[in-house]
Amino acid sequence: MTATDTAGATGTVATAAPAPAADPAATAAALALGDDALVLAQRLGEWAGNAPVLEEEVALANIALDLLGQARVLLSLVGDEDELAFLREERDFRNVQLVEQPNGDFAHTIARQLYFSTYQRLLYAALASGDGPLTGLAAKAVKEVAYHQDHAEHWTLRLGDGTEESHRRMQAGCDALWRYTGELFQPLDGLGLDTAALEAAWLDSVTTVLTRAGLTVPDAPRTGAWRAGAGRQGLHTESFGRMLAEMQHLHRSHPGAAW
Amino acid sequence: MTAGTAGTAVTAQAPGAHAADAAAQAAREAVFDAAVAADERIEPRDWMPEAYRASLVRQIAQHAHSEIIGMQPEANWITRAPSLRRKAILMAKVQDEAGHGLYLYSAAETLGVSRDELLDKLHTGRQKYSSIFNYPTLTWADVGAIGWLVDGAAITNQVPLCRCSYGPYARAMVRVCKEESFHQRQGYEALLALSRGTEAQHAMAQDAVDRWWWPSLMMFGPPDDESTHTAQAMAWKIKRHSNDELRQRFVDIAAPQAETLGLTLPDPDLKWNEERGHYDFGPIDWAEFWDVLKGNGPCNDQRINQRRRAHEDGAWVREAAAAYARKHTGQHGEAQA
Amino acid sequence: MSSDTWPLWEVFVRSRRGLSHTHAGSLHAPDAEMALRNARDLYTRRMEGVSLWVVPSASITASSPDEKDPFFEPAADKPYRHPTFYEIPEGVKHL
Repeated sequence: MTATDTAGATGTVATAAPAPAADPAATAAALALGDDALVLAQRLGEWAGNAPVLEEEVALANIALDLLGQARVLLSLVGDEDELAFLREERDFRNVQLVEQPNGDFAHTIARQLYFSTYQRLLYAALASGDGPLTGLAAKAVKEVAYHQDHAEHWTLRLGDGTEESHRRMQAGCDALWRYTGELFQPLDGLGLDTAALEAAWLDSVTTVLTRAGLTVPDAPRTGAWRAGAGRQGLHTESFGRMLAEMQHLHRSHPGAAW
Repeated sequence: MTAGTAGTAVTAQAPGAHAADAAAQAAREAVFDAAVAADERIEPRDWMPEAYRASLVRQIAQHAHSEIIGMQPEANWITRAPSLRRKAILMAKVQDEAGHGLYLYSAAETLGVSRDELLDKLHTGRQKYSSIFNYPTLTWADVGAIGWLVDGAAITNQVPLCRCSYGPYARAMVRVCKEESFHQRQGYEALLALSRGTEAQHAMAQDAVDRWWWPSLMMFGPPDDESTHTAQAMAWKIKRHSNDELRQRFVDIAAPQAETLGLTLPDPDLKWNEERGHYDFGPIDWAEFWDVLKGNGPCNDQRINQRRRAHEDGAWVREAAAAYARKHTGQHGEAQA
Repeated sequence: MSSDTWPLWEVFVRSRRGLSHTHAGSLHAPDAEMALRNARDLYTRRMEGVSLWVVPSASITASSPDEKDPFFEPAADKPYRHPTFYEIPEGVKHL
């Protein structure tokens, strides 16, 4: 039995009850953003013990812990955080495909961080300035993700403009993940965001950093069937099932147990 | 590299030392001995005997390596932690271990060795780390058992080191001990949840304690009469208590804690001795200890290979950042990007 | 120094406003910007600080233990620098 089989075969599907009195659209948005944070925290957790330098062990863990904290708050708006994290099937996850992409080398991880943290910073800044259901969370999270973006930008500059090898690897990471960035700007119901403005600001910010780093802004589509992906609709990429199998197997092996 | 005028220990004798300097040398030794005797701290630029310096480098490096290698058995469960709360706790704990490694490498660097040198010695097997990390973490309960027993033993060892005669090491240990107090408690709490959980969870917890108890007792090192370093280290106040003393202290603390957990310790001879005011415990299998130390433990190769791979895979990243700094750094070290 | 070696930095942390920066420890970083960030991640993750300084270790000039006596002993015999040196009649206030 492969690891992927395990996730699909065991345990029961829990459809968590929506939090009472919550706007269903806002609940769906909280689920999507919570899944983004959870899945990226899980991926970053895979770096533990494997970072390129000890100082970076500490930095990556800080980012992962911020994201995990965001995930727990967001998922708790929707239902029980552990039921949602450990008992849903792959198709029930609403994260964007970008965050589930495997770590690859450090440049690949930094490219993913750059794309995603820039998005998160713009998103949470917009949410924090409004008065919607996620304003409180966003006001705290925007400070965290501003640091994540700063971390990603500093590394993008150093890898892009470091050695020939680091430049090549950083460019490869940026190119490979570009196709997953269009999905970030699919409208999220219930949040009242101007996604077109968000996307323009994202492109501007990412273009500035890549250019300063001496990297080429990828010239390829960011949207399209099977290109931009449909993670928000529950359609994920191959490696995601395997990641979930690893994340969920222990919890599912002991139904009803407390930890 | 310049380790810094502030940081480097002074051990070299004055250049061109002749018989005339013998008196000066004796005077320096007297100053050092008096400082140690008076419980004063030795600081990096103070004169110190070469053997004292070498002994500290060996001990601090081994301690730092243990923190770094010790990340692996626990990181093994980060991606599989059974609840989000436990996942966050475990991530924070493994992160602390990286941090503690960094504090300790910094302390070692004040003695005039570089972290690169020390890592190189770790990667090539010329310096050791605590043998406990050569045991595998087979179930989730091992995370709890490590927190309770391994961190518990480590804390018993480390608290006296906060008063170690070498200032930078003592200061690093103060920070480490302050941060580690959560490590043991989270392990105990995790085990308690398992012990009071389902039958399968309880069995998992008991199995983990069965496997980790004896190796934890070995963490205090060989018995006093076989320990090569203890006497001198105690004279220098690098070490404050003997191996056997600390081991007994740990057993006395852990035995009643096991009762509250509802778990048994795998030692039929373990029982309270009213006369001694301590718990008696059975003989330790020192053959196993020496065998694991020699490299024959279940995970010796795996641990060192992963560490080496992470370091080698990271070389291009470290080179890139260094190259970027050379291109963009001004006179005062600011990157001018 | 090999091509992947990063220099050592000393880290100073202000634990709260009103206090001065205190030496916390050291770390390795390729440049000052990264040193500051590494310091933030390593030395303030339990809310230990509100402000950070990083200084290349090589930039610090320290007094030598050999100069300890000429540097610091001469201050020992000048008690008139301390207020307790002076005798003031009882009952005199605000002095």
